[in-house]
Amino acid sequence: MTYSTETLEQATVESMQRFSKRYLASVAVLLVLVIAGAVAYVHQLQDGLYVTGMRDRITWGLYITLFVFFIGASMGGTFVSAALRLADMGWRAPISRGAEYITVSALLTASLFIFADMGHPERAINIMLFGRWESPLVWDVYGLTTYLAGSMVYLYLAVLPDLALVRDRIGHRLDPIRRLFVIMFSASWTGHPKQVKALDTSLKVMTVVIVPVAVMMHTVTSWIFGMTLREPWDSPMFGIYFVVGAVYSGVGLIVVFMYIMRRMNHMEAFLTERHFLNMGKLLAGAGGVMIFFQISDLVTAGFKLKGESALNLYQLADGDMAPIFWTYIWVGLMIPLALMLLPFTRNIWGVLIASVLANVGMMLERYFIVVGGLRLPLNPYEPPDYTPTFTELTIVVGLCSLFILLLLIMMKLAPAISVQEMVETGEIEAVQVDAKGVVA
Amino acid sequence: MEPNSEIDQQTDTKPKNWDISRRKMIKMLGGATAAGLAVGYLPKALRAEPVSESAADLAAATSPESAERLRQWMMIIDLRYCDGCQSQGTPPQCTEACNMGHFVPKPMQWIEVYEHEMSRDVGEIKALDSATAPPVEGTKFMPTPCMQCQNAPCVNVCPVGATWTTPEGITLIDQDRCIGCRMCMAACPYERRSFTWGNPPTSPASDFVTHSVEHQLPIKKGVVYKCDFCPEMARAGRMPFCASSCPQNAIYYGDLEEDLASNGQEVVRVSEFLSEHSAFRHKEELRTRPRVYYIDGHGELAGRDPKTEGTMPVRWNIDIKDGSKNWERSS
Repeated sequence: MTYSTETLEQATVESMQRFSKRYLASVAVLLVLVIAGAVAYVHQLQDGLYVTGMRDRITWGLYITLFVFFIGASMGGTFVSAALRLADMGWRAPISRGAEYITVSALLTASLFIFADMGHPERAINIMLFGRWESPLVWDVYGLTTYLAGSMVYLYLAVLPDLALVRDRIGHRLDPIRRLFVIMFSASWTGHPKQVKALDTSLKVMTVVIVPVAVMMHTVTSWIFGMTLREPWDSPMFGIYFVVGAVYSGVGLIVVFMYIMRRMNHMEAFLTERHFLNMGKLLAGAGGVMIFFQISDLVTAGFKLKGESALNLYQLADGDMAPIFWTYIWVGLMIPLALMLLPFTRNIWGVLIASVLANVGMMLERYFIVVGGLRLPLNPYEPPDYTPTFTELTIVVGLCSLFILLLLIMMKLAPAISVQEMVETGEIEAVQVDAKGVVA
Repeated sequence: MEPNSEIDQQTDTKPKNWDISRRKMIKMLGGATAAGLAVGYLPKALRAEPVSESAADLAAATSPESAERLRQWMMIIDLRYCDGCQSQGTPPQCTEACNMGHFVPKPMQWIEVYEHEMSRDVGEIKALDSATAPPVEGTKFMPTPCMQCQNAPCVNVCPVGATWTTPEGITLIDQDRCIGCRMCMAACPYERRSFTWGNPPTSPASDFVTHSVEHQLPIKKGVVYKCDFCPEMARAGRMPFCASSCPQNAIYYGDLEEDLASNGQEVVRVSEFLSEHSAFRHKEELRTRPRVYYIDGHGELAGRDPKTEGTMPVRWNIDIKDGSKNWERSS
């Protein structure tokens, strides 16, 4: 098999037409889960947040945890697609499309988690009508809408030439809905030099714009916590800590998505071990910075042991939060780093396992930040407990399924690997080298 | 399609066109003006102003321009007299009276009496480090209403301006605007805010009250509630429920502007009273500037021995509406 632009175009376009049994089965299962979540949400709307495990004192739970997690996932997507584009890293080419998909669908899911958590979701418009600039939550809402709009534009610009490719190649063979979609959104793209230049300029501008917006978004999310008077959240490092954590879990999530896409669309030729290993390096880098932050946080607080931060350390290291905290440290940070450092686990499976563990770890980290922070009593009473209820878990699972479902749908709307970027960066030649068994 | 090669061929053959027609220029100017106006108007449009009818009336009545004297409501709690109602053999009467008078739904307590250990800092708890804790040197009771901070963290974080500080210095909540995000509950360093997690179990009697932000009735689902400092009652010349029901007369309610406060038995000059007894405010180091002052003690003037621990749970005898949901605290 030769690896030319021609075969790549063939492979990506063909994968859009192939609906394997496994794909359809996953869509069906996910749809069922999403509907179950919707039913649970209607139940919650009727009875109030009474149906969740949250009560006074622990007033935020899994919804806010998952909101922070998905904002983080979107950050990783931008980091891989835009920051690596800025740095002119050619190897990002087959990954960037998936990364952009993750950014958009993670942001949509994150905003739905906010709605799930509100006592009066129908009054969300009040934030636009009476929003106060002083409130970190207003920064977050405007940040999220800006970021969502920006990443959608960015995704669209990047996908435009590929949509035209689909239109020209198999437009007439597609089902009516997707044909309409492709014709509408490929916007009479012909690849004319003028068009190419305009698109190139717009993409460059959007790349420069979207990276700071992504960093801003996650910093502002951390400020929802950092702007309160609660000791465990009261840290100037919180913003940057959240951003690096976001890159860490986001990169991991992209690796998982890459793996699934590679298997599902038979893209082994274009997504080689080298791409996984490069992602593994990013993962190890972000994980290393996370460990560094964790140590500096623990040592400065642990040496002085003052006031409530001492109580927070007790509950993390030795108290009720200890299983979660230590799982995060060992399984979420240490083992992924070790997997990337040891030579015999430095392969696709190693990177995949490290990525899954990193995501589990980061979800636990978000959990003990949110719940552990609220759990510290500000008045003399026994620390309260929080156990998510079945309804709450159903809504969480439903929204997570929606995230995966969105990814699966997007996979069939446009080529899953950016043909245009592969050619532009010369990555198409690089994968030919990979095929000969020379791994970087 | 080979965009790659086409980029290479692409060169700037045409000079940049800087000629702008008059029509275009006018359009641009108009656009810039509109944008400028919008930017100028936005902060005003987005500014938090009470909208609901009762809130607007209140704003008019208490605006600094109104001819009447602007009250500055405040409270003094004399902990030397507070024995947590141990001598009465009843649950704390301030909490009970407040719950009854305001139809507070069941697990909420707008004024809550906490039992602090005297040997340790406020906010530190037995459970977390019981093994290393120093011997207990006795306890004191601390009735905790909303502190009515003048630099209120809850007001600062509310995204929709549903909670605000009135010119009289009271922080109120507009439950018709509250979106139920619970950011204020995370921000309050005194944990004085409660959320209605389900259909609130209140007395049917409270349904006949016209809604006002000053008494927060009838209680609704999915929004935040807290002590409102009884401004309506104060204006009518009545003491708040907690102050008038205290068997030891430990709670003084008054006006900082007039420099007078009363516990129902005697009237004190606030400035003198506070400095004489070196009063303090709860968590003063946070600079929230509360309007609730404490005089330190452990009920000694009510004859309480600080080694006597324990207070009884609050008694409930409001008849509860059918179909309402009761929820327990997560502690």
